[in-house]
Amino acid sequence: MPSLKHLRVRINSVKATQKITSAMKMVAASKLRRAQEQAEAARPYVERMERMVSSIALTVAENDSASALLRGTDSDETHLLVVATSDRGLCGGFNASIVRAVRARISELEADKKTVKLFIIGRKGRDQLRREYGTKFLETRDGPGSIGFGYSDATEVARKLVELFDGKEFDVCTVVYNEFKTAMTQVVTFQQLIPFSPNTSADGINLDGAIYEFEPDEDAILEKLLPRNISVQIYHALLENGASEQGARMMAMDNATRNAGDMINKLSLTYNRTRQAMITKELIEIVSGAEAL
Amino acid sequence: MADKVEFELVSPERLLVSQGVDMVVVPGEEGDFGVLPGHALFLSGVRPGVIEIYDGDKISDRIFVAGGFAEVTGERCTVLAEEAVNLAEVERTTVEARIRDNEQAISIASPDEDVSSYRIDLGIGRALLEALENK
Repeated sequence: MPSLKHLRVRINSVKATQKITSAMKMVAASKLRRAQEQAEAARPYVERMERMVSSIALTVAENDSASALLRGTDSDETHLLVVATSDRGLCGGFNASIVRAVRARISELEADKKTVKLFIIGRKGRDQLRREYGTKFLETRDGPGSIGFGYSDATEVARKLVELFDGKEFDVCTVVYNEFKTAMTQVVTFQQLIPFSPNTSADGINLDGAIYEFEPDEDAILEKLLPRNISVQIYHALLENGASEQGARMMAMDNATRNAGDMINKLSLTYNRTRQAMITKELIEIVSGAEAL
Repeated sequence: MADKVEFELVSPERLLVSQGVDMVVVPGEEGDFGVLPGHALFLSGVRPGVIEIYDGDKISDRIFVAGGFAEVTGERCTVLAEEAVNLAEVERTTVEARIRDNEQAISIASPDEDVSSYRIDLGIGRALLEALENK
């Protein structure tokens, strides 16, 4: 039987924990709102860019001179996975689910005798994958941090990717991130960046075999447009990931707050029972003492 | 001319314009071009400059873009801009400060430092100032 003092201390400590978790939930909720707005504001650009590159890809696909970023290197020996995770923990299964999906993909690719390389964004993913796949790391980068981030960070990553691609470090590049569905559900998504996989289902692509006219010329445009497309896609992935992270954290903290509440109720019940038992015991002692006289 | 062009202007941060317009003039990399309904398929780089949106014969909006890409199809004109602001909302002093900052950054940079990003930004600032003066 725990003593009264022990119970009191325990109740207080759980209460303090509950305060922290509920505050973290509020913070996550407001950050989620901001991240969600940012992700939604970027969506039109991402969609238009995808539509533009898709329609170009359809018209120049047969062209041999098309940029390697669009066509790939005619081999798929080396795969690069760009893994987007978070910098901070306490967000439920957020990072674990990405890491699990990445592990599954790596063993799948290795079973096919492909080489796998990793580009990790975010401290958590780096820590969780380092022991097993540390030798496959090409680059690691801290995540966007908690205050959100601008388009320039994504451009930086994209520039690095293009540089690595030009250095023949990989043939196929896929970005892995959690797509934000609702605050409760996030879906781990694999999106192929290089070579570009045209999204033919997107609306508005009906060219009837028409050919684009380019100004200044095709190569100059593609040379600028394709790296831009990559940074936009990375930006999109990181924004989605950021919103997902906050959503996951909000849910995790909500659960923690509720669990703490349950625990406080249980402890209070035991505390009151013990207190009453002690009072009864003391009364019995007094009464039986008086009777003995 | 009953038809309209579906004009869309988007920057990475937000969707600025999405509306049917009678004509739009875009500063292409090799000269300005106007887009009317039924334009041929066309893809062009965009230099820093002003996009003019026409409502009938009059200019209804002037928007500055800092470069990007424009895609034109028969019924649509999409401009993906790196940065876009409505000229009506630009303060002259902030533009001048931006030019000054970049000039300073270039002048104090050491010879082996990469100043190309400052140069690009300086060019954008100058183009913006020019656009303001021609308003």
